[in-house]
Amino acid sequence: MDYLLKDYLPILIFFGMTIALSGFIMILSRLLETRKPDPEKLSPYECGFEAFSNARMKFDVRFYLVAILLIIFDLEIAFLFPWALSLKGIGLFGFFSMLGFLAILTIGFIYEWKKGALEWE
Amino acid sequence: MLTELWNHYGWPLLEIIGKIVALIIPLVIAVAYLTYVERRVIAAMQLRRGPNVAGPFGLLLPIADTFKLIRKETIIPTRANPVIFILAPIVTFSLSLVAWAVIPIGPDFVIADINVGILYLFAISSLSVYGIIMAGWASNSKYAFLGALRSAAQMVSYEVSMGLIIVSVLLCTGSMNLRDIVMAQEHLWFAIPLFPMFVIFFISALAETNRAPFDLPEAEAEIVSGYNVEYSSMTFALFFFGEYANMILMSALTTILFLGGWLPPAQIEPFIWISGFGWFVLKICFMLFLFLWVRASFPRYRYDQLMRLGWKVFLPLSLAWVVLTAGVLISFDLLPG
Repeated sequence: MDYLLKDYLPILIFFGMTIALSGFIMILSRLLETRKPDPEKLSPYECGFEAFSNARMKFDVRFYLVAILLIIFDLEIAFLFPWALSLKGIGLFGFFSMLGFLAILTIGFIYEWKKGALEWE
Repeated sequence: MLTELWNHYGWPLLEIIGKIVALIIPLVIAVAYLTYVERRVIAAMQLRRGPNVAGPFGLLLPIADTFKLIRKETIIPTRANPVIFILAPIVTFSLSLVAWAVIPIGPDFVIADINVGILYLFAISSLSVYGIIMAGWASNSKYAFLGALRSAAQMVSYEVSMGLIIVSVLLCTGSMNLRDIVMAQEHLWFAIPLFPMFVIFFISALAETNRAPFDLPEAEAEIVSGYNVEYSSMTFALFFFGEYANMILMSALTTILFLGGWLPPAQIEPFIWISGFGWFVLKICFMLFLFLWVRASFPRYRYDQLMRLGWKVFLPLSLAWVVLTAGVLISFDLLPG
């Protein structure tokens, strides 16, 4: 417990301090600003036109696809981290097991590629 | 009783706070002057003069900029979600600073010497997507929304290859502690045996920080300024600060992973005159100069080219390199630990 506290408490304090600092900066500018309210300032910027529809519109499904691909590959990386550190202990058996796993993943990746999931025209 | 409490908790706490302040203040100044240096360096590369009016050589410009931004009006658009709108710059700013908690500045100076340092850095840099997504969504403006989408997709795409590169470095160090990673390079910087990964890591860092030539989220010609178009005054300044602080962070990370951190090139006479901290700063400056050089030299990528590079070139290459590194280390029995 003491060891955890010593290692991670500074990070918590650091976080608190940066949030306090950014809050302080914002309040400071709020106090010092020159205020000239105008309703036109408060409308969303659209190159000088009146904003004619809600900005929360449909967007390309490929962004969604990228997010899903990220989950797969990020999980794989999270799996690789401990493997990389303990490779000496687990030896050749560990090495080839991971190779098998990566081979399956690569097949998936090739499938994705051929299906055109990575295409942005 | 009270003195014991003070000795056990009060004093160490004050020491931590003092260390953090000693880190944040130089960092803020460094970011402010990075904006100045960027303009001067790019001006010199384009045979212009750059800013030279405020103070000698224009050196007071960052301070003038700060005061100008503080005096501007903070605008919260009527259609925006005010809470998330205000929270987004705070998140971006805090995350860009808090990553420095684990960076070893010199052989002895590190705020939190945790044994999963690199994992922490990886996690924090992944989280910085949230600041951008929140800004783009809360602004309720088309440009901000599109910019945030682009930016998020770009950042997560390059994160994958970055993670794989980190794995191949970890194979060579056998530890996730950043100090151990630096010490593993005592005889040979990883930039030499892992040179292709060094290059890919640098390019991914450019994409991760939304820098030119991958600055699509703010492509002025298409979506004006991307996710931060609705922000003004200090809320904008915090985003701007976050971007530049991330640049310095990525330079520091590249330095630690590939250029031997605070270690001099060799333990011989002319090199050891400079202290470890000095070497660390010098290497960061070199990496930052590369960032600026790239910005002055290359035109912006198109979005499909960007995604193609990330998923079809960098991902297979870095994955193959992980297997290659592991194979070489295992067959020559060079694994550490």
